[in-house]
Amino acid sequence: MRMTLTALAFLSASATLAVAAPGPAQQAQLDTYATLAKAVDPAFAGFSAEHGKTLFLAKSTTGKPDTPSCTTCHTADPTKPGQTRAGKAIGPMAISMKADRYSIPAETEKWFGRNCDSVLGRACTPLEKGDFITFMVGQ
Amino acid sequence: MRYHVLGFAIAASLTTVPAFAATPEVAMAKECGACHMVYPASQLPARSWTALMASLGNHFGENAALDSATTKQIADLLTTTAADAAGRNNRALRGLSATQTPLRITETPYWISKHGQGRVAATALAAVKAKSASDCVACHAGASSGQFDDD
Repeated sequence: MRMTLTALAFLSASATLAVAAPGPAQQAQLDTYATLAKAVDPAFAGFSAEHGKTLFLAKSTTGKPDTPSCTTCHTADPTKPGQTRAGKAIGPMAISMKADRYSIPAETEKWFGRNCDSVLGRACTPLEKGDFITFMVGQ
Repeated sequence: MRYHVLGFAIAASLTTVPAFAATPEVAMAKECGACHMVYPASQLPARSWTALMASLGNHFGENAALDSATTKQIADLLTTTAADAAGRNNRALRGLSATQTPLRITETPYWISKHGQGRVAATALAAVKAKSASDCVACHAGASSGQFDDD
């Protein structure tokens, strides 16, 4: 029994470690945004989780009035589930809690496209998208 | 090594999933259902669904835009199963003028007539923990599958 528990503890610890880094599909998405960011700014030197966190928590006055922040629907804790304004549950944004986040480019672009417009009143830049995902990869 | 190759193969296949779903029903359940209950097409006329699907960029205060193929797929399903579609029961249109294009089911005379006598008063909604009068499931357990005959 003790052996089993130890094995389970080890397995769950390694599982947590395994999802704390981007998977191949998420890395491919980050690489795409890095290429685009470099095209905009040749001095681009990598994404910043700290900038992603700031973007996620920021309050905006330039978007639609009902959605002043990402946190309006996603809560300020990316490891917690959120809720749409209509009441539907939203899975956590952190990849430690939802491993398939940011792994389908069309879905990722769809939600950035909608939500950047709803919250900021404009499209997000490739730099902002990469920063955002980099923050969520570490959560 | 074999596992790594397999992992990359799965990841590669994920990235090629098309943006639109195989059937309109699946697309509607996925896209509309991501944010709210999939409201029954039979409760609004086709012109209402056309107007809603043409204005997803500002959908009740949020951008809910879809790619054009998925938008058309869902719009076609909604308009061909709307209250005024051929062969459909159009009782949801009772009292509605042909010049009116309601964007909410809760704005139709039929819906209002069925929800009088305080049924959707603030206290009544609070009692069933409904988020709003659009939260059909709070009272109609079968609402998600279009069943409203429990009243």
